[in-house]
Amino acid sequence: MANRIPRVAVREQDPKVRATNFEEVCFGYNVEEASLEASRCLHCKNPRCVAACPVGVKIPDFIERVAAGDFAGAADKIAEDSSLPAVCGRVCPQETQCEGSCVLGVKSEPVAIGKLERFVADWSRHNPREVQAPVKASDAKKVAVVGSGPSGLACAADLAKMGYDVTIFEALHKAGGVLQYGIPEFRLPKDEVVASEIASVEKLGVKIETDVVVGRTETIDSLLDKEGFDAVFVGSGAGLPRFMGIPGENLSGVFSANEFLTRNNLMKAYRDDYLTPIHAGERVVVVGGGNVAMDAARTALRLGAQTTIVYRRTEKELPARAEEVHHAHEEGVQFAMLTNPVEVIGDENGWVKAVKCIKMELGEPDESGRRSPVPVEGSEFEIPTDTVIMSLGTSPNPLIAKTTGGLDVNRRGCIVADEVGATSREGVFAGGDAVTGAATVILAMGAGRKAAAAIDAYLKTK
Amino acid sequence: MYRIVEKQMLTPTICKMKVEAPRLAAAANPGQFLIVRADEKGERIPLTISDYDAAAGTVTIVTQMIGASTKDICSYEVGEAFADVVGPLGVPSDFVEESAEALAQQHFVFIAGGVGTAPVYPQVKWLHERGVKVDVIIGARTKDLLIYTDEIRSACDNLYICTDDGSEGFHGVGTAMLEKLVAEGEKFTKVVAIGPMIMMKFATLTAVKLGIPVVVSLNSIMVDGTGMCGACRVTVGGKTRFACVEGPEFDGALVDFDEAMRRQRMYKAEETEANEKHVCRIGRGK
Repeated sequence: MANRIPRVAVREQDPKVRATNFEEVCFGYNVEEASLEASRCLHCKNPRCVAACPVGVKIPDFIERVAAGDFAGAADKIAEDSSLPAVCGRVCPQETQCEGSCVLGVKSEPVAIGKLERFVADWSRHNPREVQAPVKASDAKKVAVVGSGPSGLACAADLAKMGYDVTIFEALHKAGGVLQYGIPEFRLPKDEVVASEIASVEKLGVKIETDVVVGRTETIDSLLDKEGFDAVFVGSGAGLPRFMGIPGENLSGVFSANEFLTRNNLMKAYRDDYLTPIHAGERVVVVGGGNVAMDAARTALRLGAQTTIVYRRTEKELPARAEEVHHAHEEGVQFAMLTNPVEVIGDENGWVKAVKCIKMELGEPDESGRRSPVPVEGSEFEIPTDTVIMSLGTSPNPLIAKTTGGLDVNRRGCIVADEVGATSREGVFAGGDAVTGAATVILAMGAGRKAAAAIDAYLKTK
Repeated sequence: MYRIVEKQMLTPTICKMKVEAPRLAAAANPGQFLIVRADEKGERIPLTISDYDAAAGTVTIVTQMIGASTKDICSYEVGEAFADVVGPLGVPSDFVEESAEALAQQHFVFIAGGVGTAPVYPQVKWLHERGVKVDVIIGARTKDLLIYTDEIRSACDNLYICTDDGSEGFHGVGTAMLEKLVAEGEKFTKVVAIGPMIMMKFATLTAVKLGIPVVVSLNSIMVDGTGMCGACRVTVGGKTRFACVEGPEFDGALVDFDEAMRRQRMYKAEETEANEKHVCRIGRGK
């Protein structure tokens, strides 16, 4: 029986070696490994994995092609639903989505859907085929997409396939949004993976204009009225970093994870030949427990710092993916759990020298169902450090909401949109983190695809 | 690409450039800034907009060679292009939103220092074109370091030049000139100080002493300039604000200048190292 074959383990860089470089941690499957893993799929009649995928990739169909050695066919099958397979194969939380609902997982281990998707996408990149750009009518309606992150790219790709004239406006100098500035090279190679996935969206006829800050350089209204766009999709993400509001947070050496990661990822500060500076020092404390906290900690470690993650709950409650936590452990990141900073302490020059923390214990479950941490009185202690990185989550940038009349936002600053992305403004749609607050790449892509369908329906009535 | 159409060295270390950036030029207002990234390996450097021409589609930047990145920017010649010029960033000066009636009641005095003199120009010009009373005090260490005097003289009511060594104009610092003018009976309703952080701190102290509201333009460290990184955070009135999206202009009386100056030096060690090993971009093969 196919399911007697154990899940094929994926090869990775040795933790000791990779802790000193920024090359990708995971090597991915080769042809033999992928074929063997693909043979484990049971091809369920009602595939639960597909229902659990936010963009609805036809998982058993592509896996069947992998098993048959038809990798090009597998790539085409994935491309029907996903424009960023090499990205998703690397950063999706498969354990709670497709793989989490794989029937094989009940008794043994689920099919490694993520690793197979990655294999197909990487194969496809190394074996490029002629792509026929969709036919665009000369009078095609124009759609502006604000932001070139996952939701914007997914929305733009679908609209281009439908024949619309799509332009993406990106505030930074490189397209990709969080894929570019947020997720580190060692999880998601920029030139090799991100740039080439974006290039394939461009091959569909999507134009990308960088260095345009919507809300400053242009506004939603100027795009609609002056530039003649018929609809706008806002996928501007959640880029605004939160801080704790504790004393000493503005000392030199306290950074947001966004700043630290942007310097390293977008600006390539880890490379000697790039001019942007980054400061880690000998010891780094990262505050927070999400994927971004893991990324910041593992980046600091690679820059040579002894790195500790401080989190107020226990390791069980860490919101980061299990794989990321596991990798951080393997590489030597220290974990100080049930610990919460109360003050950042500086030296006579205003530089960080320690973080004063308090021990926590878990109390009653809160509204999220998680047991809420309660401070243990009198348990304050100091962790000496040169750098503190705050990784407490992000909220949507208010720039667009502030400059767009009639666009409703909720009290958390998220754009209010219905399930298909329609906002309070006619012709303006939104999706991804700008609507939900910080979430995942794949949920943002799902929202982008739904909005593309809604924009199509809207423009057909005009 | 953002082509350089004019270049002029204002002093041996301060360079003025006119750059093609049509979208930016059409949207710019006084008080805003932009970010330049010279080439693929360059830093994102925030610079105040020193002039803009929507019809020609150009913006003017004035850069002082301080570190490796600003030297790179100044090494570009007419006909070459920067990889990126993005903006306008930050919020325009408050007066842009004020009514003509309210502005008619005002008498502005700008205190400009060093390279900060250049961004004063679009503000002064904007006010002068609308008939608002506006005087300008320009301060420099010595007369060779004075910039933008002709442009500003033609766009304001009274220009006062001050040099620390007395080589031109008033012998003394700009704040002393401000005190002198007020003592002589000038009734300024607003002081706008733009220049080095330390100069803005003292301009603020003087303005507060004289009982005149004061606005400063903070040149904090930034990466993206759109509110993403928080490198530019500054304490204003006891609250943390982001200079890039809530500024760069703030009520000087509320700014914690000591913290702002300390934060500005945050990457000093890294910058010194970069500057020492800096190889001209031509040597790097761009």
